[in-house]
Amino acid sequence: MEIQTMLNMLLKGALVSLEIFVVTLVGSLILGLLLCFVRMSRFAVLRILAKIYISVMRGTPLMLQLFVVYFGPYYIFRVPNTSSYKIIAIFIGFVLNYAAYFAEIYRSGIDGIPIGQYEAAEMLGYNRVKTFFYIILPQVIKRIIPPVTNETITLIKDTSLAFTLSVAEMFTIAKQIAAGDRTVTAFILAGIIYYIFNLIVAGAFAKLEKRLSYYR
Amino acid sequence: MNLLKINHLEKSFGDLEVLKDISLEVNEGEVLAIIGPSGSGKSTLLRCATMLEQPDGGEILYEGFPNTRTAGKRERQEIRKYFGLVFQNFNLFPHRSVLQNIMDAPIRIQKLPKEQAKKEAMELLKKMGLEDKADFYPQQLSGGQCQRVSIARALALKPRILFFDEPTSALDPELIGEILKVIKDLAAEHMTMVIVTHEMNFAKNVADYIIFMDKGVIAEEGTPDEVFNSSNERMIEFLGKLSE
Repeated sequence: MEIQTMLNMLLKGALVSLEIFVVTLVGSLILGLLLCFVRMSRFAVLRILAKIYISVMRGTPLMLQLFVVYFGPYYIFRVPNTSSYKIIAIFIGFVLNYAAYFAEIYRSGIDGIPIGQYEAAEMLGYNRVKTFFYIILPQVIKRIIPPVTNETITLIKDTSLAFTLSVAEMFTIAKQIAAGDRTVTAFILAGIIYYIFNLIVAGAFAKLEKRLSYYR
Repeated sequence: MNLLKINHLEKSFGDLEVLKDISLEVNEGEVLAIIGPSGSGKSTLLRCATMLEQPDGGEILYEGFPNTRTAGKRERQEIRKYFGLVFQNFNLFPHRSVLQNIMDAPIRIQKLPKEQAKKEAMELLKKMGLEDKADFYPQQLSGGQCQRVSIARALALKPRILFFDEPTSALDPELIGEILKVIKDLAAEHMTMVIVTHEMNFAKNVADYIIFMDKGVIAEEGTPDEVFNSSNERMIEFLGKLSE
């Protein structure tokens, strides 16, 4: 197969990878924040539930979780699986998994904010919600950029796990091409694309980090 | 006129009684200094008065308001507007510029028009001698400058009473004077202030009334003359230790 053809097929798959990446990143950053609130709740029951959830999501393989999300509805409720549910299952599985990691990253960031920031806000009349969004969160974001960068880079590589449900993302396509072509060229090309993708993302985070370095 | 009256205030942390039956009054235009050894309960008293700590007993009555200890959430929000607090460690917001630190609360909480809030903030900065630092961030300032910004931030909300929790304790010795001068200027304008301090000479010079606390009680109180010439044993011991 010609390299150009291969590249075109891979790039088409890369779009699906990109889609998984964007949906997961946005979804899990939001869900992770909500999960973090539950994890830090005043109510012990909620705290424990969140802790167990995070522990399970981090303690079992993402690939296994994807299978549970995809096959679960069929085996448990006998809901027939459709092929359009595959990509949805990937989104759900990825978001649920990554939210657990992001929740812990948020928590570490929030824990690091001195109590005096809350007290100063209280003295100025800020309520809890305003304190969080105006005073605490901006400082948390700055603190958590390095660990979030790490997770995001891992996520880009993890999108290849979608091959397990044979969603046509880049790695799935690379495997198909390699099987037919009997060369590793497709894998090498895919590797290069993943790498470039990561360079761009890491560069973007580095830029954001620099922009927020106007204060300590 | 009494702006604040505290009656029989009690506060414990676990088994430790930090405040035992504290009563005091703060009159309009008056500067009240609270002195005493570490662990005597001065800061806890201030934190109770500013509602950062919940007392176990007694009354804290701001003029026209119910007891803070039993007040509802709404009432507490209203009471909070009555006073301001300057912290030992400034607690400025590091991600906001000096000007934003001062005008954010008037804009976001008091809903003041932005232009007006900015104008008033700039006036306060000028008063603090920091108008050229408006666009700086707290990390770029000295401790003394940070503390002046935090005083301006508290004043921007126009409190009736301004509390200071050891405002010079986190500062290098050479920076203490600039803060004391600012407080002196405020006293000259008849700002009502309650100051927990270790600066004895300052308390003597600026305060109208001094409370000496020891082991959770008010051991001595009166005008600076009365307190510093007191025959109270604990007061004499405290002053003796300071001059060693």
